[in-house]
Amino acid sequence: MATTEVERRRGQLAALSIAAVVILIGVPLWWRTTETYRAWLPVSQIQELANLQLQLSADVEVVFARGTVTPEQQKKVPLTLTQDDEHVVDEDTALRYRYETRYRTATIMEEDALNQPTAAEADLSLHTLSESPCGSLVVYVIPESSSLLPEDVDVYVGQRRTALLRIGAQTRVGRTLEQLLSHLEPRVKQVLQVMSFSHTDITAALSDRVRLSPGNKESIADSMRAFKSSPGYEITFSLLNPDPKSHRLHWDIEGAVQTYIQPLLRKLAPLANFSIDSQTLYYAMLGVNPRFDSSRSAYTLNSDSLAHVINPVEARLGSNAASSNPVLNFLLYVPDAHHSPLHINDHKKQEVPSNAFHSPRWGGIMVYNVNDFYGPEAAFPVDINIDMAKVMGVFLAQLRLLLGVQSSAPPPRFLVAPCSSAGIADWELDRLMWSRSVENIATATTTITSLAQLLDQIGNIVINDNIAQQVSSAVTSLQLAVAELESGNLRFALQYSKEAILASERAFFDPSLLHLLYFPDDQKFAIYIPLFLPMCVPILLSLLKIVSDARQRRREKHAKAD
Amino acid sequence: MAAHRCSRSALLLILCGLTLFTAADSQETTVNGGHHASAVKNPQTSTETADQTTEQPAVEERRWEATEVEEATPDDAAADKQDSPVPETVVLTSVPQPKDDFQEELVIRPLHSGDIYASFQFRTVWETDFTRGNKVSHYRLFPKSLGQVISKFSVRELHISFTQGYWRTMQWGQPFQPAPPGAELWVWFQDSVTDVDSTWKELTNVLSGIFCASLNFIDSTNTVQPSASFKPLGIGNVTDHRFLRYATLPREIVCTENLTPWKKLLPCGSKAGLAVLLKSEKLFHSSFHSQAVHIRPMCQDWECKTTSWELRQTLNVVFDLHTSAQGKREWSLFKMFSRTLTEACPLASSSKIYIDITDNPEGEQFEVSPATPLLSQASVLGDRRTFSVYDLTQQITFGTVRSLNLLIRWKSSEGDMLRPLLHGERYVAGYGLQTGEIHTLMYNYHPYRSFPVLLLDSVPWYLRLYIHTLTVTSKGKDNKPSYIHYQPSKDRVRPHLLEMLVQLPPNSVTEVTVQFERALLKWTEYTPDPNHGFYVGSSVISSLVPSIVAMDTNSTRERPLFSSFFPCKEESSYFVRVYTEPLLVNLPTPDFSMPYNVICLTCTVVAVGYGSLYNLLTRSFQIEEPNPGLAKRIANVIRKMRGVPPL
Repeated sequence: MATTEVERRRGQLAALSIAAVVILIGVPLWWRTTETYRAWLPVSQIQELANLQLQLSADVEVVFARGTVTPEQQKKVPLTLTQDDEHVVDEDTALRYRYETRYRTATIMEEDALNQPTAAEADLSLHTLSESPCGSLVVYVIPESSSLLPEDVDVYVGQRRTALLRIGAQTRVGRTLEQLLSHLEPRVKQVLQVMSFSHTDITAALSDRVRLSPGNKESIADSMRAFKSSPGYEITFSLLNPDPKSHRLHWDIEGAVQTYIQPLLRKLAPLANFSIDSQTLYYAMLGVNPRFDSSRSAYTLNSDSLAHVINPVEARLGSNAASSNPVLNFLLYVPDAHHSPLHINDHKKQEVPSNAFHSPRWGGIMVYNVNDFYGPEAAFPVDINIDMAKVMGVFLAQLRLLLGVQSSAPPPRFLVAPCSSAGIADWELDRLMWSRSVENIATATTTITSLAQLLDQIGNIVINDNIAQQVSSAVTSLQLAVAELESGNLRFALQYSKEAILASERAFFDPSLLHLLYFPDDQKFAIYIPLFLPMCVPILLSLLKIVSDARQRRREKHAKAD
Repeated sequence: MAAHRCSRSALLLILCGLTLFTAADSQETTVNGGHHASAVKNPQTSTETADQTTEQPAVEERRWEATEVEEATPDDAAADKQDSPVPETVVLTSVPQPKDDFQEELVIRPLHSGDIYASFQFRTVWETDFTRGNKVSHYRLFPKSLGQVISKFSVRELHISFTQGYWRTMQWGQPFQPAPPGAELWVWFQDSVTDVDSTWKELTNVLSGIFCASLNFIDSTNTVQPSASFKPLGIGNVTDHRFLRYATLPREIVCTENLTPWKKLLPCGSKAGLAVLLKSEKLFHSSFHSQAVHIRPMCQDWECKTTSWELRQTLNVVFDLHTSAQGKREWSLFKMFSRTLTEACPLASSSKIYIDITDNPEGEQFEVSPATPLLSQASVLGDRRTFSVYDLTQQITFGTVRSLNLLIRWKSSEGDMLRPLLHGERYVAGYGLQTGEIHTLMYNYHPYRSFPVLLLDSVPWYLRLYIHTLTVTSKGKDNKPSYIHYQPSKDRVRPHLLEMLVQLPPNSVTEVTVQFERALLKWTEYTPDPNHGFYVGSSVISSLVPSIVAMDTNSTRERPLFSSFFPCKEESSYFVRVYTEPLLVNLPTPDFSMPYNVICLTCTVVAVGYGSLYNLLTRSFQIEEPNPGLAKRIANVIRKMRGVPPL
């Protein structure tokens, strides 16, 4: 009896120790050897970024010219006001605009500058006095009697970062400074919204993060027109000559680019890298046969058929082999001799004066009729020199639209200085930089959070060290960009946001993330079953037996005790 | 590895698919209404949200907006420009001399086998400098995509060819542009390139996108740096082979998807000029098809003061006469290409068709109609040939019907061909799946001259060459190569490279043999059809063959394009490159369901062993009482019934 008891205990111990070895050594070993490598990701910081609190700080300097404040007010004047404006866009995104306004009186040199005969000259000489940093504004308050501005204009927006604000009639001298300031404040804010950022711009820039309620058609079309923010753009000018037998076209694209396009791109250099090339495509036909309008003895393209025009051409345009940046296409189409002249009609069947149209986020097409330049008896082929000033005027306007340089109508009683030779004013560039920084931050946070979410959901994906590094650098750049926006350093904010977007995209599109993405669990277990089943069944059975034995003994003990 | 390959080929598929998609779609839109256009545009604005699709028609209307220019015209710039007297859009009296030039040419050579050989050449020469650091680049005749490739990757010379079929030298003679079956790519980089290998990798990926071919399979395992066989064909005396990369993909299948992007590089596309003849359904219904792109810098004049870039697009095709002519020996442009010619490409400075009539001086072999008075002689491939020339830029060529349909009608089928002086063959010998032997035969048919040839062999690493078994014999005697460059392979890293300079005695066969062992691959390294075998690229035999006639050494003289491809340095010899057949080698191939079987079997064995061990360890042993006999058991039963204790 004792020997069988000893035997039984030995068997039970053996079963228990085997189970222990399997659980303590076998399972962790199996787990370790079949585990995928997953580098550490800054998950908590990513979650913080998912909840985005953006603060945009703009510095405004309000300068009182002589005659706008009384001498006793002048003594109090050097003061600073900070104003916050909060908006909640959706549950994860909140915006706060901080306007830091500094008030001071004009220096003697500035007074001299303001005494120039015209607003444009005053603007220029004010600019030479002091260069205000990127993202800040200077508003000069001038007395009502000033002759700088025409009668019906209250605000003059200069080419740089200055504006002239005529003080209203109701703020006569004699009021307190507080009243004066409270009167000025909304008007300065209005200037700010024109010259640096407005809430609509910023929310439009957040479109990658936030699903906006569909507004009116106008605003959707406006928001879809410009290209998405990208670290670089390829600009391609293509001359389409469907009829090289009749027209031998010459265009001085090299000179035209130097004269018209390069100044603009030089100004836009902090925003993105641009590269320009041009090509000539022969026998490139439009996808639509233009209709002959006998009343005008011309061929016409209606606006509803424009959508089909580029399809056959696009196959020949060719993408840029050397980079993956978005391409802005500008096509100059010279209709063949049998389909000239060709005019584009708008929705109201009216001829479009520029004879050009553009497609959102794609580019623009201009039709250039040449049939007037030769008579019916001309000997084909005719050599034709294309007037690049006319062409580039159209393309430059389209380029501004496609890059998102706003040319929305200013509020009433505003006068906006005409474009300089660079084609873009400093404040327009600032405006673009504000919205591009916000857009970059929005895109990068969305990319990083969705990447983190994906990696969290699919446990099979290998996360290599370089991906973790990219993610961390993207997160760091994002945090820096947000901080720089908060402190109002627009240039650095844009720089960091660009770095963030590059790093996040590189992490997101890394090919190593595709490895073993869809290695399904059922196949894995099908392979392990021949090993696991015969191993686990005896262990489980003997464990069950031990448990039932123990239970029975306890019951016997109870029975004995009873 | 496999996943990498898959993702790349998927990318390629998408690229190809996109081109097809756009092409297909553009056709549809001309037929149907508006929705296709939105389908085409959608990939670009894929960020559109779903709730906007309800707005789609309305938005679509607004999509194509007329451009207003009034306010946005840069006043100052425009004013500046208008101050200076700008030549308004006028008919020019003096045309500025363009810096680029385009020529097209077609050579038709009736072959002795009865086949017909058509060779297209399109040449664009552009006087420019890609290597200068300026970012702005403006293209007219030169294709933009290739120009960008040259300037981005600092390419000095690029040669790429796609070939379907094998050129039969012994029946057809020498081709104007030799090419091995499959894809071949060799590139000389500028010496400013620091990391040649990564540039090469990027370049192959970009080229595979441009030509819709699987050039992305070119990696270090099939790339070699030949030391002598591939010298630059253009100007430049840098011959440091660190900047040269050579790779072949003998498996590559060439079809329409490679022809379409190739045609797109031509300035006239396939709309005018000789390129209208390039219809894919006819071109690929042939015995041999080879298309190539060669880019090289070249001299513009004798002193080489100005350099320019030459893009040469060539397409060679051999049509089989017998399969489709129903016994009649008659050929016309229309029969070959199902098109006739009506005009030259208006951009071409010269557009000519040459018909080789050397073997037919009196018209006794075949008859060409319409007849042409223009004859031209050119020394090509060591022979002086006579050609009838049709100049497409002259209106008179097209006659009254305004279309040119060349017709060749054979009268007799005899006549013999001048045997090519150099010829190569290759095969695998041996049996079994362990070892084998590669034999390369080089024939010198010259009756009394011996000449040296350079043999280049690039063998994948999975055939492990035993270089000590290398023998070179001609006429039964050992022929010691005067130069051997051998680079052993590294498994999964680089292939074997064997280059040697061998003197071929007159009228002889030289045999090069080397033994190899077949490696066992990892199971992910096998191709999807492993039992088909593995390709080994062609050997390349390059040589300066003694010429019968004096060759033209003036490289800048106006010559037909077909005779000016290989630069000719001396009058007495001409350069020939001969490609042998690619090899198809079987490797030991496992049964691919094996891993799972092995896993199951191993697991079962382990489980059985483990089970018995477990049983032994955990079973509790008892001494069993001996079984009572049957009589005793029955007695006990009876005793139990009687109520007496059992025995």
